[in-house]
Amino acid sequence: MSLHKVVANAEEAVKAIQSGQTLLLGGFGLCGIPENCIAALVKKGVDQLTCISNNAGVDDFGIGLLLQTKQVKKMIASYVGENDEFERQLLSGELEVELIPQGTLATRCMAAGYGMPAIYTPAGVGTEVAEGKEVRNFNGKDYLLEYAFDADFAIVKAWKGDTKGNLIFKDTARNFNPLMAMAGKKTIAEVEHLVAAGTLDPNDIHTPGIYVDYIFQGVDYEKRIEKRTVRN
Amino acid sequence: MALTKEQIAKRIAQELQDGFYVNLGIGIPTLVANYIPEGIEVELQSENGLLGMGPFPIAGEEDADLINAGKQTITTLPGSVFFDSAMSFGMIRAGKVDLTVLGAMEVADNGDIANWKVPGKMVKGMGGAMDLVASAKNIIVAMQHTDKAGNSKLLTTCSLPITGRACVKKIVSDLGVFDITEDGFVCIEYAPGVSIEEIKNKTAGRLSIHPSIKEMNV
Repeated sequence: MSLHKVVANAEEAVKAIQSGQTLLLGGFGLCGIPENCIAALVKKGVDQLTCISNNAGVDDFGIGLLLQTKQVKKMIASYVGENDEFERQLLSGELEVELIPQGTLATRCMAAGYGMPAIYTPAGVGTEVAEGKEVRNFNGKDYLLEYAFDADFAIVKAWKGDTKGNLIFKDTARNFNPLMAMAGKKTIAEVEHLVAAGTLDPNDIHTPGIYVDYIFQGVDYEKRIEKRTVRN
Repeated sequence: MALTKEQIAKRIAQELQDGFYVNLGIGIPTLVANYIPEGIEVELQSENGLLGMGPFPIAGEEDADLINAGKQTITTLPGSVFFDSAMSFGMIRAGKVDLTVLGAMEVADNGDIANWKVPGKMVKGMGGAMDLVASAKNIIVAMQHTDKAGNSKLLTTCSLPITGRACVKKIVSDLGVFDITEDGFVCIEYAPGVSIEEIKNKTAGRLSIHPSIKEMNV
């Protein structure tokens, strides 16, 4: 809506987020996660959140930080290993969890961003994931009906962004970020490099600024590596 | 002698054809990249958003923004390309990936696969496995033939919750190579030193032995 998208910092960017809301959080593992906004949400203390993200972070980083402070009511993800606190809250019943296939997660974001209410996907046909869902046969193959996400905020991390909210992602840190950026009712983008509009080549932009409501220059990126692996 | 994980990977690498786009799962499948035959060029797809995945980086050159689907640091090869997760699963769903290699906890003789959940244990999630098995044209499973207690993992029906139905085309286990056909598992190769009798004893699903069965070249 507004062309004035630049805010001072993460605290300003997350100001409108309320307890009980649904958030889409970009990243795959710890790669490309909105570190600054997660820290700001911890500080703000909103709780009863529904978080939609491919993973749930690790114990002391990423969404794991919001789990430690018990701010998450429900987690929707495709893979949630590597997190002891998550496991404890899940087994004790404190945390609701919905596991969905990774491609379904991505496509439900895409559908929201493209203004489509639902999609059909073959992922999960004949499995527990299909329980209670409409199955439709196209050209001899079964597909499940899956709905577009309806999220109050999307929070993404980009490599570069400009003052109009245009975003460029780097390497595999792109992952879910451009999809979630399109899918939020309101979208917050934190970027490593915020530049003046007109500086980025329009051909290089991955996410048009129309999808972004708030943008800010992130600080102090840790960019933690989950599984450092090197050649012998 | 049952095969090592490396030998299983080496045998699967013999299935690669020049020009293939290939998705390798976590575990034994990842090792397949180490045995790509001479003269064959394949492009590795990593479902977190990369085509043209290269080897692990040399120490000091790890980049937090560049990881594979197993969250390990990696490199890219010339001509590589990055994309978002919807496009990544789009190319998988559209049948553009020629071969998918996955691990499994159980496979049934109709090609059902179970590899994501053990009831009563911590459920970590399916990640991209359900999308891959639902759409891949050609799925090879790399697995141990039996569990730690010696029970067959090649079954009539999966006992664990399935990841996808009737999708596995071939299994390379530590005991042999098996095509999955309308007649169930068809053993086409045996591991060096493994007897047909042992394969029969350790396979719970419907099994037949191909008339021109041969020893695996590993």
